[in-house]
Amino acid sequence: MRSDIFSFCSDPAVLETFQWMSCYLTTGKHMGFYLSFGTVLLLLALAAPAALLFGFGGAMAARARFVPLSWLGRGYIAVVRGVPDIAFFLFFVIALDQGIEYLRHKVKCPDWDEPIRQGSDFIVCEAAKLPLGTSPQWIHETYGFALAVVTFAIVFGAFAANVLFGAMQAVPRAQIETAEAYGMTHRQAFWRILVPQMWTYALPGLSNLWMVLIKATPLLFLLGVEDIVYWAKELGGSKTANFTAYPHPDWRTWYFLGLLIFYLAFTRVSELVLDRITIRLSHGQATVAGEAQRKAS
Amino acid sequence: MSCFQTFQDYAFRSLGYGERLLPRSDFTLCEQFTLIGSGMIWNIYYGVLAVVTGFVFANLLAVGKNAKSPLARKPAEWFIFLFRGSPLFIQFFFAYSLFLSLKGMSSVFDPLSSAWLGALIVLFLNTAAYSAEIFYGALRSIPKGDIEAADAYGLTGWSRYRKIMWPTTMRLAWPAYTNEAIFLFHATTLVFVSGFPAWRQKGDALYYAKYFADKTFNPFVPYPILAFYFILLTLVLISLFGLVNKRLNRHLPKAKRPKLRFRPNLIR
Repeated sequence: MRSDIFSFCSDPAVLETFQWMSCYLTTGKHMGFYLSFGTVLLLLALAAPAALLFGFGGAMAARARFVPLSWLGRGYIAVVRGVPDIAFFLFFVIALDQGIEYLRHKVKCPDWDEPIRQGSDFIVCEAAKLPLGTSPQWIHETYGFALAVVTFAIVFGAFAANVLFGAMQAVPRAQIETAEAYGMTHRQAFWRILVPQMWTYALPGLSNLWMVLIKATPLLFLLGVEDIVYWAKELGGSKTANFTAYPHPDWRTWYFLGLLIFYLAFTRVSELVLDRITIRLSHGQATVAGEAQRKAS
Repeated sequence: MSCFQTFQDYAFRSLGYGERLLPRSDFTLCEQFTLIGSGMIWNIYYGVLAVVTGFVFANLLAVGKNAKSPLARKPAEWFIFLFRGSPLFIQFFFAYSLFLSLKGMSSVFDPLSSAWLGALIVLFLNTAAYSAEIFYGALRSIPKGDIEAADAYGLTGWSRYRKIMWPTTMRLAWPAYTNEAIFLFHATTLVFVSGFPAWRQKGDALYYAKYFADKTFNPFVPYPILAFYFILLTLVLISLFGLVNKRLNRHLPKAKRPKLRFRPNLIR
């Protein structure tokens, strides 16, 4: 659907370069391309808090006094960080999918007697398939996207756990001791004293993590989501007059240049915003930055 | 087929020697270990060459960024911003399609569009930018006293840089640089999943791990094998860089020497 101002687009062959371009850039496929920028932003909006949650859980587990739990937390941090992230992305998408289907299979078809792995096939009963074979297309897409969000949360959760763990250790010991001297329990001291103070120590690490998360979003493409990389490849490839009214040679270089600029702008804006937040958060803190602010005012 | 036979057939498959066809069915653990290990040759090739060449260029960039003259400073700043501000994945895609269109113009550019050179160039530029930022940070934090002492001895220009500033820069930057190097080795796995094609199925470790995962639809075997190789590689790198670190800090009392800690900066 094109609005009336582009009515001259009905016969592309006769257009001037500028008009041809404006028609070309408003085709339905290009609208899909522009929308996929929204997909990336949505992923960031969902994955960042989820990763933070995983990170908080991981950090709490790693400093737990119960030893096996502490090992679990430390193991999670160490393994995810020691292996190329991309391997994790490829691994988790299949592993999560199979794990969920396996659990559903156990619940929904208890009297199934064949093995699930038969050679190179993974077979669960019809009812356990997720999404169901009969579901509409958008459910499949949403499911794929949700898997991607969870994968991002697991991988970046480990990095966030590492940052938060460091930040919790960085809060001066005297603060906790004072809290205990006032008769707070371990739990109270953690939530009322440690957690509010740790953010200023965690912020440099977390802002770095945010930058990294932005730069990891093109990996969505590998997880099978139709993101900006997918569209750039799709639209940039050479088109002939047989298939479209807008034939052009291979323009992928230009499309990827566009993505490059998008990411550069995005990281630059994030940098500026994060700098401001850092200034805000160091206000009144017993750190070098906080002290400098106190002296300046 | 014995495991030794498999090893003979596939140990150098990633370079094009040995059996031409990849295994198609009934994958054994031995085949998976051998082929993924064979792919590691490429990861090490990219990693070593990019680290060595990137190191030299990064030093140049760091000095450029630290220069007073905007003629030297601005290009270095922009270069570092360009490569640190955008995802490596997109850089690969962009470079590949750029190299393809260059190839169309002249056959001189032919090797650029194949992975062994084209991807190496991207990795080289990328690691140079990241390392340059580390070296620049270290250059800025050289103790004032060191420079004053150099001035007092009448050292200037190149000899001051070579004898006083550069060793201190390296000493300060080394722990962070170690992580950057480890991280670059991890980034080499991106080569064949981005634009660059694996010609005749000669790919890196991730390429083969993905091959097995796709064929068996079972990610629980090949990816842990890949993880095993990379953890091994990381340990080797840490010990190698640790030796250099020891040498750089040999004049310090033991308790004051900075320890290397594995703190990778994640994906890029």
